[in-house]
Amino acid sequence: MSHGNMNLTLKIWRQKNDKETGKLVTYPVKDISPDMSFLEMFDVLNEELINKGEEPIAFDHDCREGICGMCSMFINGRPHGPKRGVTTCQLHMRSFKNGDTIVVEPWRAAAFPVIKDLTVDRSAFDRIIAKGGFISVNTGNAQDANNIPIPKPDADASFEAAACIGCGACVATCKNSSAMLFVSAKISQLALLPQGRVEATTRVKNMVAQMDEEGFGNCTNTGACEIECPKGISLENIARMNREYFVANIKS
Amino acid sequence: MSKLDSKIPEGPLEQKWEKYKSSVALVNPANKRSLEVIVVGSGLAGASAASSLAEMGYKVKVFCFQDSARRAHSIAAQGGINAAKNYQNDGDSTYRLFYDTIKGGDYRAREANVYRLASVSANIIDQCVAMGVPLAREYGGMLSNRSFGGTQVQRTFYAAGQTGQQLLLGAYSGLQRQVGLGTVEMFARHEMLEVVNIEGKCRGIIARDLISGKLERHFGHAVLLCTGGYGNVFYLSTNAMGSNVTAAWKAHKKGAFFGNPCFTQIHPTCIPVSGDHQSKLTLMSESLRNDGRIWVPKKQGDTRKANEIPEDERDYYLERRYPAFGNLVPRDVASRAAKERCDAGYGVGNSKMAVYLDYKAAIERYGKTQAKKLNISNPTAEQLRVFGKQVVEEKYGNLFEMYEQITGENPYEVPMRIYPAVHYTMGGLWVDYNLMTTVPGLYALGEANFSDHGANRLGASALMQGLADGYFVIPYTIGAYLSKEISVKAISTDHEAFVNAEKDAQAIIDKLFAIKGTKSVDHFHKRLGKIMWDKCGMARNDKGLKEAITEIRALREEFWKDVRVPGTANDFNPELEKAGRVADFIELGELMCMDALNRSESCGGHFREESQTEEGEAMRKDEEFAYVAAWENKGNHTYEMHKEELKFEAIKIAARSYK
Ligand SMILES: Cc1cc2nc3c(=O)[nH]c(=O)nc-3n(C[C@H](O)[C@H](O)[C@H](O)COP(=O)(O)OP(=O)(O)OC[C@H]3O[C@@H](n4cnc5c(N)ncnc54)[C@H](O)[C@@H]3O)c2cc1C
Ligand code: SF4
Ligand code: FES
Repeated sequence: MSHGNMNLTLKIWRQKNDKETGKLVTYPVKDISPDMSFLEMFDVLNEELINKGEEPIAFDHDCREGICGMCSMFINGRPHGPKRGVTTCQLHMRSFKNGDTIVVEPWRAAAFPVIKDLTVDRSAFDRIIAKGGFISVNTGNAQDANNIPIPKPDADASFEAAACIGCGACVATCKNSSAMLFVSAKISQLALLPQGRVEATTRVKNMVAQMDEEGFGNCTNTGACEIECPKGISLENIARMNREYFVANIKS
Repeated sequence: MSKLDSKIPEGPLEQKWEKYKSSVALVNPANKRSLEVIVVGSGLAGASAASSLAEMGYKVKVFCFQDSARRAHSIAAQGGINAAKNYQNDGDSTYRLFYDTIKGGDYRAREANVYRLASVSANIIDQCVAMGVPLAREYGGMLSNRSFGGTQVQRTFYAAGQTGQQLLLGAYSGLQRQVGLGTVEMFARHEMLEVVNIEGKCRGIIARDLISGKLERHFGHAVLLCTGGYGNVFYLSTNAMGSNVTAAWKAHKKGAFFGNPCFTQIHPTCIPVSGDHQSKLTLMSESLRNDGRIWVPKKQGDTRKANEIPEDERDYYLERRYPAFGNLVPRDVASRAAKERCDAGYGVGNSKMAVYLDYKAAIERYGKTQAKKLNISNPTAEQLRVFGKQVVEEKYGNLFEMYEQITGENPYEVPMRIYPAVHYTMGGLWVDYNLMTTVPGLYALGEANFSDHGANRLGASALMQGLADGYFVIPYTIGAYLSKEISVKAISTDHEAFVNAEKDAQAIIDKLFAIKGTKSVDHFHKRLGKIMWDKCGMARNDKGLKEAITEIRALREEFWKDVRVPGTANDFNPELEKAGRVADFIELGELMCMDALNRSESCGGHFREESQTEEGEAMRKDEEFAYVAAWENKGNHTYEMHKEELKFEAIKIAARSYK
């Protein structure tokens, strides 16, 4: 079936599982429409592979609208590809030119082992959240929501930090594989709200400890994470987390 | 006697739930520790249920097919969540939310459930805010509200256009807290493939570890299905790619009745299809109808650009047809009106299957108010535009960005093009007042059940229902069942029922691989979607539905002869996952058409062409159809319908008018 008129050469990382080594495999794709999303281009390729009796390429995706954080492709050396502020699923083929060669790899970080092809295991993020990325309030214990007024700028800043989709692009792009942007976004969201202050000390200490334990690297302030973050999570969050961490350690 | 007992408590509507809560049997803390609950799904319904039950002391296992609980499809909800807080002092109340929901659902929902939903709605907001969900606020520090379709009060709470994300991340944080405490065991990248019934009660599930491909057996004293909706039966929908009916369908085949399967919501404001590569559709939040005006050219086949069409040559057809609600009529009404205009040749864009959603007037209006706020007395037109844009950007910025990203057009400058798309399924597993299905011990929560929205769901009410079910309903109602189960010891998963259920799941996998056919799973899914959209979509009729049933049966035969599933079972194999889901969608599609055929009235999202007024408005037939159709699976693709008659005691059933 013909869709459009772009012809491309894809070099895609294929790896059977976490035990075997992988390699880049070249696939030409034809008749791609500029209106397709990057993942729809992968659908076309996979359909072709299936029809040829080959195994399709495994990649993570679900919402296909930039919010679930599941898609995760390292495209031409950049997580989520060349455009700023978008996830892989929001990248459209009009961002490429006919004849381009596109290299697609999985997220690479010791804490994100490859499962298969472009799919990696990001459960380390869940374990970090489980250590403190919450406010300990049981169901039914809440007071009226308007009892604590929250200044709009604080609420807005908290929301901006909370917009993190947990995709891991920040880790993938960082030469140290640091998870500071992700962790600091959650710390900030809760630190900015009065409800979140109660557990601020233990939260930051426990989450940072888990982050280290998972094998994420240190932050050396290269700032690549902020540039590649599809949700514009700001480096200010890292500064805030460092302050929180400093204060927490003085307190105890 | 009917097999359906909805177990609605006695007493006046307003007191049913309060009385129920104070009289329902409790389980003491020591016993809770030995009772195990399986929660399938980690969306708003599943995550809130799991964390609440774990807090109460139950041992909980949670399953989801994504790589993390945080990615459940609830994350994608944009517009907001309703609650009868009356913070705006505009006359809202529990009763009014209840009334709007029943009316919005076109009188096909159960009063008692809906009243309960409305009465716990305010607690949801309290709970979420306490958990650190950063909902939008006003400058005074108080929570902000917006209005939504089908209502005349402002009761919708929101977080920019990412309300679902913020609520889900809140519920997920509560869930992870319990994971950290060891009260919840989390199984991500697991797909439920069977329920296990023992002596007439649900006692567990079979799940496939999606990475290793191994089938696993899990025991639970009760099982909650919180597995979302089945809109993907249409192939193209606003649901996430993995959203599926498999869990609910497998439960249905093991005895759970399926309620009103044909009740589907087609959302009026989605980005139109751009080509045959399209893999999913993107919703533009309904909140956009709050400020945007919908129109088409007055002239058929008008090829001018939107901005070249003068005001008096535009037909604001919703404002014209429904002056009282205008652009804010409920979804089904708005969707059909768009289809009507496009079918009549007034559509816009390349495909002519789209209408305009225009923000020009809103930008001007907001520009003026903003100028006043800033004390600028003689603002220039350019200033007004800039101010107006700023306000619109603050309210809807991410939606506008998303639109531009997908279409390559700037919606601040040219009107957006929109068209209806499948979005939500009101139908689902039939449940009683306790949220229990017809299989004892098996519950359904959130979008997976058929309960509160009747034939049409109002905007911002699904998030409310998911969290109501999980935070505030199931923690009580599960006690009614589990209090009688305290003497039941955990059943060994070597029990023959587990062995057999695993064999059933394995047999399907083996069968799929054995076919070695010539066509991909997507090939079949697309064909199913087309049949469903054409014949069981926005408008349905007797002839089309009968054809659809025949076509779907033939498609099913062909699928089981000719599908090709690559790879192996003992591996991470997304194609195998898809194949299982599509097989279930095909069966469901047939039942949906049967249900639509049976219901020869129009109500809510279900529009039967044979049942309309002269002006083309939907016509209900209350004497004949004021019931829930609950379908029992009799095996071998045969079904028997049971009726739950709906009684309206608090509300007088009336024609639904938004004029
Ligand atoms: C684009 C979009 C926007 C929306 N906007 C709004 C809005 O503004 N306001 C509103 O009120 N509603 C909105 N809705 C509707 C609302 O988001 C959903 O109805 C609601 O979030 C469903 O929640 P849930 O918990 O029932 O299911 P979901 O959030 O869909 O979760 C389903 C869960 O079940 C799991 N699962 C499914 N099948 C299996 C299986 N076989 N095995 C294991 N796990 C399984 C999944 O992994 C997932 O964790 C929107 C919907 C869409 C699609
Ligand atoms: S901080 Fe940004 S890049 Fe990192 S996980 Fe969150 S959204 Fe992704
Ligand atoms: S698939 Fe959900 S963010 Fe890309």
